[in-house]
Amino acid sequence: MRMLIVVAVVAAAGAGLSTASADEPIIELKPGPGLDKVVGNCGACHSLDYIPMNSPFLNAAGWNAEVTKMIKAMGAPIGDSDAKAIADYLAKNYSP
Amino acid sequence: MLTRRSLLQAAGSAALGTGALALPEIFQASADPVPLTPGVPDGVKASAVMEALPGKKPLIKLSYRPPNYEAPLEYFRTPITPNDQFFVRYHLSNIPEIDPKTYKIEVGGEGASGQTELTLDDLKAMPAYEVVAVNQCSGNRRGLSNPHVPGVQWGYGAMGCARWKGARLKDVLNIIGLKPEAVEIAFNGADGPAYEKTPDFIKSLPVWRALDESTLIAYEMNGGPLPHFNGAPARLIVPGWTGTYWMKHLVSIKALTKPQGGFWMNPAYRIPVGEFPIVARFVSQETATTTPITEMVVNSLITSHADGAKVKAGKITISGLAWDGGYGIRNVHVSTDGGKTWSTATLGQDLGRYAFRPWRFVLNAKRGANSVMVNATNAIGQTQTASLLFNPAGYHNNVMQSVTLNAS
Repeated sequence: MRMLIVVAVVAAAGAGLSTASADEPIIELKPGPGLDKVVGNCGACHSLDYIPMNSPFLNAAGWNAEVTKMIKAMGAPIGDSDAKAIADYLAKNYSP
Repeated sequence: MLTRRSLLQAAGSAALGTGALALPEIFQASADPVPLTPGVPDGVKASAVMEALPGKKPLIKLSYRPPNYEAPLEYFRTPITPNDQFFVRYHLSNIPEIDPKTYKIEVGGEGASGQTELTLDDLKAMPAYEVVAVNQCSGNRRGLSNPHVPGVQWGYGAMGCARWKGARLKDVLNIIGLKPEAVEIAFNGADGPAYEKTPDFIKSLPVWRALDESTLIAYEMNGGPLPHFNGAPARLIVPGWTGTYWMKHLVSIKALTKPQGGFWMNPAYRIPVGEFPIVARFVSQETATTTPITEMVVNSLITSHADGAKVKAGKITISGLAWDGGYGIRNVHVSTDGGKTWSTATLGQDLGRYAFRPWRFVLNAKRGANSVMVNATNAIGQTQTASLLFNPAGYHNNVMQSVTLNAS
């Protein structure tokens, strides 16, 4: 079960924090308000490299649609206030 | 041979050739530069790395969890892709390593008269068939979409071609017996989501395609066992159709009397009705506006040289691969004047209509920039497109590739 991921959710604020699996390097995202929500929520199900990989071409509406997709289609248990903080962070740091 | 360093130099000279004065971001991203496909989003340059998964040679890491790794251009110099160079694509991150001794596939469903369980030995005891076939992700080249669309930002390398050996799915379905009302056959693999509410990756095929003699449950790839990251111990092989149907770590086969639902059938893996010249239909899943992606569109790739490569003036051989949805490659044309006139390339070894078809072309390179463009035609007369047929998921990108070779 080498690839069975044990997720360690790091709930701390500031730059450089990440959720990672045992054999997954830390993905450093840009520092800013909402990063802790991104790390704790998004990083629980997938590595955070999905974010820089999908940049910088999604605008605020595009990032909001991605967050909504993760909640509605992928079942991510993210509350409204965290969802807004995540979408705002992504739009501010990973849009054109 | 093209090394990573020469690819990097090629990328640099390509950027300079378009008038950019600053060094491309690839120089800043890493001490170990990544041979990315020109045109992928800038963010890929910042996050992709070359990394070897267990049992694999270095691939271009796009995401760690779930693991999505594509092959660099230099791995496509042969019509067969070695197992340790084959790309890796997962939707879900809980990926068990399966013990072949206890591995079983459950076969049944309400559209079947009976049910059974098959072990790996059971599969191997059935008549064995081989097919050389391209496995290409539906989203291969998504990263080149203009405008960019969200998803894994694949360049050229979410594909490979292997000799697959296994039992026919048709023979397995004959064991359980299909009822006349069976409309689709559904497949599930052992991999699952990290979170219980995330939809499991379940895919179905129309019955006609499941019964096609080329559709296999493969337990061998290029003469060896399947690598873990390519679906061990056994996976579905659907030659001609995109990789989404090639279920890895296959553990369940169900005959259905109603169309398979779920996120991965709809809205995922859909193309707009009528946009692409597709012959193979999946009627039970069609809606007024979208239809599941099915067969691959005809395509080709120059693999001998990266865009911007430095060459010596004079005669040089350009080579690459061509493939399609299983009709076979009729010919490959090369243009050195931006598409005004075309010459016929020489086709190489024919490993069957589902395989990569190698081709080569001798070019007389003049000093300076030489444009080389390639366009494949398949056996039913389909050709590649000159401009992108945009769709929201970035599927079926078969825009004719054009590279510039800088000769001195």
